[in-house]
Amino acid sequence: MNSATRAAHDPSRTSHYVTDALYRDVVAWFTDWQREDRAVTDAAARDTFRRLVEREARLLDNDLLEEWAAMLAPECIYWIPASANGGDPRREITITFDDRRRLEDRIYRLRTGYAWSQKPKSRTVRLVGNVEAFICRHDPQARMLRSNVLISEFRGFETRCLAGWCAHRLRERAGGWEITVRQLNLIDCDRNLRNPSVIL
Amino acid sequence: MLEKIRTAPAPIVRPNAAYDYDELVQEDRVHQLIYTDPAIFTAEMTHVFGATWVYLAHESQIPKPDDFFTTRLGLRPIIMVRDAQGQVRALFNRCTHRGTTLCRLERGSARMFRCPYHGWAFLNSGKLQTVPWRDGYACDFDDPKFNVAQVPRVESYRGFIFGTLNMAAMPLTDYLGPISGPIDEWLDRHPGGRVVIREANRLMYRGNWKLAYDNSSDGYHVIFSHRSLLETENRLAEEGDKGMSFYKGRPDDAPMYVAYMGNGHHFKDKRPNIEKRPGALWEIEGAAPGTEHVEGELRRKLGARALEALDLCASEPVNINVFPNLSILGNHIQVIEPLSVDTTNTTWYGTAVVDEAGIWGDAIHDINALRMRTQEQFPNFGEVDDLANFEEIQRGLAAQEDEWVYMHRGLGVPGRIRVADNGVITAPATDEVFMREYIKEWRRLMRTPPQLSIRREP
Ligand code: FES
Ligand SMILES: [Fe+2]
Repeated sequence: MNSATRAAHDPSRTSHYVTDALYRDVVAWFTDWQREDRAVTDAAARDTFRRLVEREARLLDNDLLEEWAAMLAPECIYWIPASANGGDPRREITITFDDRRRLEDRIYRLRTGYAWSQKPKSRTVRLVGNVEAFICRHDPQARMLRSNVLISEFRGFETRCLAGWCAHRLRERAGGWEITVRQLNLIDCDRNLRNPSVIL
Repeated sequence: MLEKIRTAPAPIVRPNAAYDYDELVQEDRVHQLIYTDPAIFTAEMTHVFGATWVYLAHESQIPKPDDFFTTRLGLRPIIMVRDAQGQVRALFNRCTHRGTTLCRLERGSARMFRCPYHGWAFLNSGKLQTVPWRDGYACDFDDPKFNVAQVPRVESYRGFIFGTLNMAAMPLTDYLGPISGPIDEWLDRHPGGRVVIREANRLMYRGNWKLAYDNSSDGYHVIFSHRSLLETENRLAEEGDKGMSFYKGRPDDAPMYVAYMGNGHHFKDKRPNIEKRPGALWEIEGAAPGTEHVEGELRRKLGARALEALDLCASEPVNINVFPNLSILGNHIQVIEPLSVDTTNTTWYGTAVVDEAGIWGDAIHDINALRMRTQEQFPNFGEVDDLANFEEIQRGLAAQEDEWVYMHRGLGVPGRIRVADNGVITAPATDEVFMREYIKEWRRLMRTPPQLSIRREP
């Protein structure tokens, strides 16, 4: 699709970018990418990425979901695999493989006031750390981040802990960075999850 | 070799008193204890998950000889295996020496299971093959008692594999009875009449397993429990007619219906709400990642046949519930797995279309990729709210002096419920007749002393 027709499609309303090529790219980008020889070592750059991950955690914890969604590119993917090796979302069910529209569906649903799984709402605090950055080997302009995350979630009567690591793919936008793909790998992603209704 | 199992005749709950199940299950209501009492749960693990046919696995999870997949029959750990000869077996995942599980992997391929504890090794037929330092034993290891126990009856219906410990259980096809009609229709909408499992949306809730089985044909809860989903899936739709919209207004006036199909099975059929023509299903499918792109691709590649292909991406509007633990919902194969009286897994296996004859060409990849995304919608935006409500039922039932749970919607309303010659009972979509009927079958099983057996290779 050329950029003119693509511009005619608002990814919040219609889904034209989730193509076979996109699936192929996403699988390639998220395969064998944490390579020492491509690590970003520049302290200032690393600090920028660490701040991005921290901001994201703060926005999600503070229920500023719309602001968080604005950190993601218009044509973004929010992906939580259901298999421990990530799997191939073309061939298998994932916990979540949202495009922009479905991500906005997710936020819309939580805002309806009728999402019983979030009534009462969860309170969360995220601890993010071990942030490392790598230069994408498919595109030297793009960056890949790996960070670890612990989500403490209090709802109703109990606090539980969800653990995993996050992979972000970033590209430059107006002097900063936007998230094109966010993959969350829960350590228990292939086990039965209780009430996975907050944005993780 | 068959071994009869001694089973406690009835759950002993108070000293010297067994439950009177006629008291607990009445015409219009059931007692809260059937959801909350650990003794009843324990009894269910033999009376129901043991004495009747229980869904164990789909054949696509063990396609080749030596493939295995670990699961449970009730609480019993089970290795589903296609042995070296191609025979499907349900082995107890329990070493005959000191009882440890033999296999700790979720799935794989193995000719032999070697016990990690003292190294006894068993063929995947269950037969004991080697014992380390055999000369330290005086016994005869050819005695079948050392072979792994297995479920004595394992049968498949068109890829759905069931097992029972009850040698007197009726043949599986008789057990399924009329519910095999909807199963056939569900399969036959796919090329070759089959599907394969491709991973799962795995959920769990802190509530009794029957809360899920009560729910799975319930047309009464939809507009309330799933209100957030209904609003969400229609937020961009011009007509507001996506997904479950036909529950709006008065769902009992719609052509859809619920049915009780005997032996505990129930069925909600929403297909009569939509026209019988290619593309009708696709029109009501909610938006998914890739919807517009794939629709364009399929129309370009397939021309007039595109609508039929798009219907394969869309969710089939049926809830086919096979007692006690299998629900075919939309395109998912959902399995209800009781873990304790108040903990249950519901595992929603995703299904993909197989196109061995190549009728869809390379469009099959587009079809399946989109089908994965349409399947992810309901567990994410719908089921989570039901599970929250099941958990809140379990919490509410702790108010133990308020004893009764009602399932009497439709009972006694003239002209509402119809009984066909084959015994199938149908009623409008929000009727609870299917609950009242299946729970009678549950009551019958709970009153019947289970006759259970296990088998070992000779
Ligand atoms: S428990 Fe299996 S060999 Fe001892
Ligand atoms: Fe529901």
